[in-house]
Amino acid sequence: MSLDQLDAKPLGPAMAEAHRQLEICNACRYCEGFCSVFPAMMRQKTFAEGDLNHMANLCHNCRGCYYSCQYTPPHEFELNLPAILAEVRQESWESYIRPHALSKAFHEHGFAMALAAAIFIGILFWVASTAGADPSAGFYAHLAHNLMVAIFAPAFLAPLAIIALGLRDYWRDTGGRWPSIADLKSAFGSVAKMKNLSGGHGEGCNFEREDRYTNARRYAHQAVLWGFLLCFLSTSSATLMHYFMNWPAPYGLLTPPKLFGLSGGVLLTLGAIEMIRLKLKADPELSAKRVWRGEFAFTALLGLTALSGLLLYIATGTAAVRPLLAFHLGCVLTLFLMMPYTKMVHGFFRLSALIIEAQKSGGK
Amino acid sequence: MRSPTPPRGKPWDVLVVGGGNAALCAAITAAEAGCSVLILEGAPKPYRGGNSRHTRNFRCMHRGPMSVLTDAYEEEEYFNDLLLVTKGKTDEKLARLVIGTSEECLPWMIAHGVHFQPSLSGTLSLSRTNAFFLGGGKSLVNAYYNTAQDLGVAVVYEAQVKHIHLDGDRFTHADVSIEGGPVEQIAANSVVLASGGFQSDIEWLTRAWGPAAANFLIRGTPYNRGVVLKDMIDQGCESVGDPTQCHCVAIDGRAPKYDGGICTRLDCVPFSVVVNKNGDRFYDEGEDTWPKRYAIWGRLVAAQPEQVGFSIIDSKSIDLFMPSVFPPTQADTMEELAEKLGLDPAKVARTVAEFNNACRPGNFHPTERDGMATEGLEPPKTNWARPIDRPPFYGYQLRPGVTFTYLGLKVDETARVEGPDGRLANVWAAGEIMAGSILGQGYLAGFGMTIGTVFGRIAGREAAAHVA
Ligand SMILES: Cc1cc2nc3c(=O)[nH]c(=O)nc-3n(C[C@H](O)[C@H](O)[C@H](O)COP(=O)(O)OP(=O)(O)OC[C@H]3O[C@@H](n4cnc5c(N)ncnc54)[C@H](O)[C@@H]3O)c2cc1C
Ligand code: SF4
Ligand code: SF4
Repeated sequence: MSLDQLDAKPLGPAMAEAHRQLEICNACRYCEGFCSVFPAMMRQKTFAEGDLNHMANLCHNCRGCYYSCQYTPPHEFELNLPAILAEVRQESWESYIRPHALSKAFHEHGFAMALAAAIFIGILFWVASTAGADPSAGFYAHLAHNLMVAIFAPAFLAPLAIIALGLRDYWRDTGGRWPSIADLKSAFGSVAKMKNLSGGHGEGCNFEREDRYTNARRYAHQAVLWGFLLCFLSTSSATLMHYFMNWPAPYGLLTPPKLFGLSGGVLLTLGAIEMIRLKLKADPELSAKRVWRGEFAFTALLGLTALSGLLLYIATGTAAVRPLLAFHLGCVLTLFLMMPYTKMVHGFFRLSALIIEAQKSGGK
Repeated sequence: MRSPTPPRGKPWDVLVVGGGNAALCAAITAAEAGCSVLILEGAPKPYRGGNSRHTRNFRCMHRGPMSVLTDAYEEEEYFNDLLLVTKGKTDEKLARLVIGTSEECLPWMIAHGVHFQPSLSGTLSLSRTNAFFLGGGKSLVNAYYNTAQDLGVAVVYEAQVKHIHLDGDRFTHADVSIEGGPVEQIAANSVVLASGGFQSDIEWLTRAWGPAAANFLIRGTPYNRGVVLKDMIDQGCESVGDPTQCHCVAIDGRAPKYDGGICTRLDCVPFSVVVNKNGDRFYDEGEDTWPKRYAIWGRLVAAQPEQVGFSIIDSKSIDLFMPSVFPPTQADTMEELAEKLGLDPAKVARTVAEFNNACRPGNFHPTERDGMATEGLEPPKTNWARPIDRPPFYGYQLRPGVTFTYLGLKVDETARVEGPDGRLANVWAAGEIMAGSILGQGYLAGFGMTIGTVFGRIAGREAAAHVA
């Protein structure tokens, strides 16, 4: 990108503000060691939209660069990089994912998400109480397996397709290429270690204790991530066992679905509770304030999904199974269907940004 | 707010005046020795940490690779570097004390919460001599405040110390105004003065330097007004360092009056022609590499009409130096650029044309002196002289930016302040307020923080020993 930006189209207000702040950072560079954003910034003198979207999606909101910045308000330079990058990041998801109106509604309004969850739970209650309950079908007595697949397969695949379309545009605009093994290794390595929440020195980030470093958010996020993946593994393994091994539920304690499900459920529940605790302690001025409620509702929904799943295990064989199952599946359905329009989508963009950054930095 | 009461209803063991690096090192050291410590920081909390919050590194002696430092940087080389910049204006005993102790400072800093990073991009030349703070000086200051808090050190912000009361050679109490309230007295058994220089008192600067100083920009905190320094000198304490001088560099003329910090620096001068308000060149822009020359350009610009200069480059050079904090003024013709900069277009175009005609072919090399000099031009440009002829053209306004002043209190190797009749009994000083003893002239990158860390720790230790 050259300094000559005369014919570039003007940036929107959030982009323009991010540009202003990053220009100051680029002349200062004190925060270079905190995260991947700064090395990405230093590659150019001025920033096009794609560069700004890229950096915004690299930012993990660790807040290191806020609390160490000598230019934060009341200084007239008014640096607040975590907040402005969060806003640009948020806008990037809302503009890349279609339809935009749905994005905006669910990202911003926790209430909308709660309402969606309630509706889906209600539908599943209704389905469970009317549709072909077959007493000889074991676990599926409450909800026939084929019916579940008929509901959940499209509810899972359609949102993924929507996200894929958005990501395609994002990769094009930020200059990403087809990833190499090394790019993937670098990006997945960053995710596995949550490197960008380490503060660069390993003592963690400044999320909830102002200028003191802690690893709390790094660990909580890992609990959520691994918990989610384990739950996902649990469902996938059950599906495989059902179709290919002719081994329908219920499963004993020492089977893959149970082992993955129990450990994942516990991790996800605890992780989500901790994320909420941290969120309540953290200063909202350092994030995209308008989506605070939406993010809160999303994290709560994640936690409730996991918790209701765990309760289902405990309740096996009791009358509580039917309502719990409807509740749990309603939550799962909401999570899946809302995937493109909630914080969930950050994972896809973040991973893309890390891969693209690995490409741009040449693995350095 | 009134000052907090000391524990056990006794006076504070150690009172620390100031809240920057030197003050914090002293407070932490004294608290670790078991003292009750009160820090009086004149600035409000968001601006705590004085000029230390603007720093990026400290210069550290080391005999082999250590932490982020490469290779070795031994005492003799360090001392010679200091002799070179100060032209001998240093107290050798104190200087060697600082240099020798700097080596143990690095692990001490790490143990007290400071994080380091490899030298910042664009400053590779310092990777051997200077250890860079991860996140810069403000994160160092934050780490020290947290450490101090954990040790039970009390801190009051917006606590302006007006007067250090001496009874003969003995400190008894300080007069302090907290949050602009009435002056109150705070007693302590000992005091460490670490309140920096006087560079933010523009009136004092103009008295010392001349009326031109009214147009200087102050790179650091507006809170270092030299109140305590002046108070001590007025009470007959011995001073060191040239009272009329300040360290002054050329920075972006659009920077704020105070606190613009590091990002306002401009590194384009060697690749440019610099003209004054009248469109005339006035000094060899290519005398030496920029790190070696940027400190003289403050004075050069200060001597020009209205204390302003304009550095002009073309598109060949725009990517050769660190980005500027504000975008440059840009135009497709030299006349248009001059006009946008508020200069006489015809005059600037002529000055640049004369320069271009005096350029000779050669091998341009941006990072070392390449000998590409002008011929028959006065003043000459002795390196990097390439015609400025490829649009777009870019211009930056330059103004003098003051980093610090040299005047300070005289101390001995235990940081004890020299009073009218020999050493004071219980008054120590650390940091910028006494740095003039060691750095009488010039500047060595990263040495300010080294002096503050070494002497802050000495002052804290000595004050604690006095109280014990
Ligand atoms: C932009 C910039 C960059 C720099 N970069 C570096 C660098 O990278 N490395 C380096 O070694 N040096 C650097 N320096 C120099 C360095 O900042 C100083 O040498 C060092 O910070 C001095 O530390 P100190 O504790 O003595 O003073 P300061 O950090 O300035 O602290 C003085 C403190 O005293 C307080 N104070 C003042 N008057 C009163 C009063 N009357 N009552 C109460 N409190 C008062 C102030 O609020 C402040 O907290 C830089 C300076 C500037 C301006
Ligand atoms: S956030 Fe502040 S301290 Fe960090 S690089 Fe940017 S301007 Fe510098
Ligand atoms: S908030 Fe953290 S991750 Fe984001 S730019 Fe600042 S230092 Fe980097």
